[in-house]
Amino acid sequence: MSGRELTLIQAINAGLREAMRRDERVMLLGEDIGKNGGVFRATEGLLEEFGEDRVVDTPLAESGILGTSLGLAANGMRPVPEIQFMAFIYPGFEQVVSHIARIRMRSRGRYTAPLVVRVPYGGRNRAPELHSDSTETFFAHTPGLVVVSPSRPYDGKGLLLSAIESEDPVIFLEPMRLYRAYREEVPDDYYTVPLGRAEVVRAGHDVTLISWGSTMRDALKAAEQAEQEHGWSVEVIDLRTLSPWDEETVFASVIRTGRAVIAHEAFGHLGLGAELAARIGEECILDLEAPVARVASYDVPAPLFQLEDWYAPDAGRIVEGIHKVMTF
Amino acid sequence: MDVSYVIHPAPAADEPKPSGMDDALLVHMYEQMVWVRQFDRRLVALQRSGRIGTYPPVEGHEACQVASALALRQQDWVFPTYRDTGAMLVRGVPMERLLLYWNGRAEGLYIPEGVKVFPIAVPIATQLPHAAGVAWAARLRGLDEVALAFFGDGASSEGDFHEALNFAGVFRLPIIFFCENNQYAISVPYARQTASETIAQKAQAYGLVGKRVDGSDAIAVYQAVREALAEARQGGGATLIEALTYRYGPHTTSDDPSKYRPKEEAEAWRERDPLLRHRRRLEGWGLWDEERQQALERRVNEGIVAAIRAMEAAPPPNPDDLFDHVYAELPPRLVRQRDELRARLAQREGAER
Repeated sequence: MSGRELTLIQAINAGLREAMRRDERVMLLGEDIGKNGGVFRATEGLLEEFGEDRVVDTPLAESGILGTSLGLAANGMRPVPEIQFMAFIYPGFEQVVSHIARIRMRSRGRYTAPLVVRVPYGGRNRAPELHSDSTETFFAHTPGLVVVSPSRPYDGKGLLLSAIESEDPVIFLEPMRLYRAYREEVPDDYYTVPLGRAEVVRAGHDVTLISWGSTMRDALKAAEQAEQEHGWSVEVIDLRTLSPWDEETVFASVIRTGRAVIAHEAFGHLGLGAELAARIGEECILDLEAPVARVASYDVPAPLFQLEDWYAPDAGRIVEGIHKVMTF
Repeated sequence: MDVSYVIHPAPAADEPKPSGMDDALLVHMYEQMVWVRQFDRRLVALQRSGRIGTYPPVEGHEACQVASALALRQQDWVFPTYRDTGAMLVRGVPMERLLLYWNGRAEGLYIPEGVKVFPIAVPIATQLPHAAGVAWAARLRGLDEVALAFFGDGASSEGDFHEALNFAGVFRLPIIFFCENNQYAISVPYARQTASETIAQKAQAYGLVGKRVDGSDAIAVYQAVREALAEARQGGGATLIEALTYRYGPHTTSDDPSKYRPKEEAEAWRERDPLLRHRRRLEGWGLWDEERQQALERRVNEGIVAAIRAMEAAPPPNPDDLFDHVYAELPPRLVRQRDELRARLAQREGAER
């Protein structure tokens, strides 16, 4: 399979193009996604190839975008709405949690919402206020939704294509900070990365470090640092699907290493790490050498950008988390 | 609110038959309204005797719901609110399903294949963007389908009302927004929802056609929806219909309207009752008499009784219904929880034996 070196945003663009070539039901809608190609250029060039019916610049109305997407999906389309920034999904929150997530249940399977809501999220990008939320818990807390967050270009395309194939509604969280952070080889052809499966991205035997999306690069850096500075062998898991998440891979690793650290950009309080820690406690207690540690943002509103490096976890704080469980 | 210029209390004795509606349809429309009223009253009675849960009565709205549902074709879509039991019945949702739904049974959520009715919208106005999306998909797929979404006067204050009408205007969607303006959102009167003289005039701001009809006049409602349907099919886009009506009863069986509405107001509306009015017309045209009335009431009652029996004979709730239809495929966590519940129930059953 031939491939090209792509950034995450290019991989997402390639995934959208591939999905639209393959399935004429796939359509994109959102603010500035047509002529402008999206504020991050995720949809660049797609209007030209697929036309105005399939790449739609909508009115500036998130509830309208998400509510009509449900109707489009229920009547045979495969909509992929884009929400410009995570904090801007809140006007459409009711459509997501009360309708998109529940339409299958509320019609006993007669109507479904096979749609993918693409949402750039996360901070440390020097963005203006309210452009850097990482509130995946809201959606992971909602039954009926699948919540996905890729951390690398390869997964960006492969998970997106799986999400578009899925019969369930998917909230697809794209870490803004990693959009152009680096390139990696991405196959030109159609391929999928399975939903609901985490990936062990670095093997190790002393401690399991679980992370995803925007924090993944810091986690990998922390693992290297811990090994160099302390000689600890850190296994790193990219959770990839945040709900329903891959308990099997997580528990198998923690049972083997006996220690777990969870690092994420969301607030610690009721962040997804809390659920993972609780479940690890329930399932792996006899194998644990130390309490599960969480490294997360402080429980304060996402700040203006001059403070955001202190607010969100970086590699240094993650190393401290590893240190805590290794020296318990 | 001045409604006099659209509301005509009694038909003139020499009112001509409307064009484009045959006798069978005029009679059918009446029969369906009688069915809806009897079924609705029975639901209220069932709630009062503790045999179903909270229920929002239709009475007063029959012409709005029956005539508009009859004006649609099989392939058109209906988006009901919780008060649109009448429209759902006419569109083919079985009585037994509606009874099960209001009795808190998951089986009542099912809408049969071929019946293009969406699940009841419980929050306010959220169904309007769904209807716009369905209409949009129909246009994109080249399907001859029109969506009709019901909502109340209170819903016109919600953001989703604005967003849906705006999308419908911008994308020229084949959709009919049907407002059953009964002038109260639970207790809050029309004047507290909007300073706009009518709901219909709001259409203008979105580039839609806006119309106001007498919601107690089944023929007027039918004709308004037919026109809107034709307009939508010809690519003319969306219509906003405001039908003036009144709910005779409470918002739901848990509500007491005497706290916020004068009794005389309801009495005045009863004089314009949609059923009475349509019956007088049919009688004037020689299409109806007391004998037919009694036969109809008997027939309707038998059907309702049979549906209530079916509801009450339904097997006990199935605990698996908690888990089925959350996802296309049950994820491992939910499999575990379902099995845990099954085991707990089996254990309890064993202990009871």
